[in-house]
Amino acid sequence: MSRMPQSIKSHLSQAQKLLMLRHRLETGLPLEPRPYQALAIDCGLSEQDVLDAITEWQETGLIKRMGLVVRHRTLGYQANAMVVWDLPDEQVAEIGRALAEEPFVTLCYQRPRQLPDWPYNLFCMIHGTDREQVLAQLQKLRDNHGLQATQHRVLFSRKAYRQRGGRYVGNS
Amino acid sequence: MRLDATDKRLIDLYQRQMPVTARPFLAMGEAVGLCEQAVISRLEALQAHQIISRVGPVFEHSRAGASLLAAVAAPEHRIDQVADRINHFPGINHNYAREHTFNLWFVMTAPDQTTLDAQLDELESTLELPVLRLPMIVAYHIDLAFDIDWEALT
Repeated sequence: MSRMPQSIKSHLSQAQKLLMLRHRLETGLPLEPRPYQALAIDCGLSEQDVLDAITEWQETGLIKRMGLVVRHRTLGYQANAMVVWDLPDEQVAEIGRALAEEPFVTLCYQRPRQLPDWPYNLFCMIHGTDREQVLAQLQKLRDNHGLQATQHRVLFSRKAYRQRGGRYVGNS
Repeated sequence: MRLDATDKRLIDLYQRQMPVTARPFLAMGEAVGLCEQAVISRLEALQAHQIISRVGPVFEHSRAGASLLAAVAAPEHRIDQVADRINHFPGINHNYAREHTFNLWFVMTAPDQTTLDAQLDELESTLELPVLRLPMIVAYHIDLAFDIDWEALT
């Protein structure tokens, strides 16, 4: 899209140019002194338009953070486990909020059960340097939140076939 | 790649919020005692060594479009092949083998729900395996990137 000639770009609406900007941002900023200006030129926008759009997207929550996106596995966080729980529906919100407060819980979502194959309704992700550390943290979760008797499963990751940021615009 | 104290400081300071101003790397350099070009070189090196995947925004997926966590139970001897076929579908961001009968877990995204459902139906018929579909109902954790525990990693 960025290779589009200037003559075509000038016919795009502001909304189309901003959508192009979102698409470009999904793969990160160019590492050069004026990255927002470079994106602006690619999308037929002004540098100020780009700065304003990103600021607005951060304020509205479309962008949840902006900066260095760390690959935890390369850094040494070798173990990650998806822990799934089968909680009574009336408790899931309270427990979900409490687990999300734990510093080593990096994601915590309620999802639907798919019976009979899948009875679990709360998902959380725990990252650690190794398996033992993750299991110790899990034990802490169970002790601190009264989950000793709750049915759960620990799904350690075995291999990453793909890990990248979400690409929504244009769906490549 | 061995990270020095300045690399770690760049990660700690700027994994959540980097400057959104005309010359962001200049501003970051001022905070850590580097010139603009030195910040850019360090970020290039971190990216080349896959310590960081990119510098830029992380979109909130519930607002950015449609996405879904899904899983299949692939026959163990064909797991690499099934994973590869999944990765060839549009909008696959994560794809992990995990320890369970449902042994492949992936996230599929699309511009909207209708497209997503159609892609999943097509995936299901291509793989000839039922796809467990687990849309998010509520997020309790706003992903703000966790603090790196540098001590534990050394």
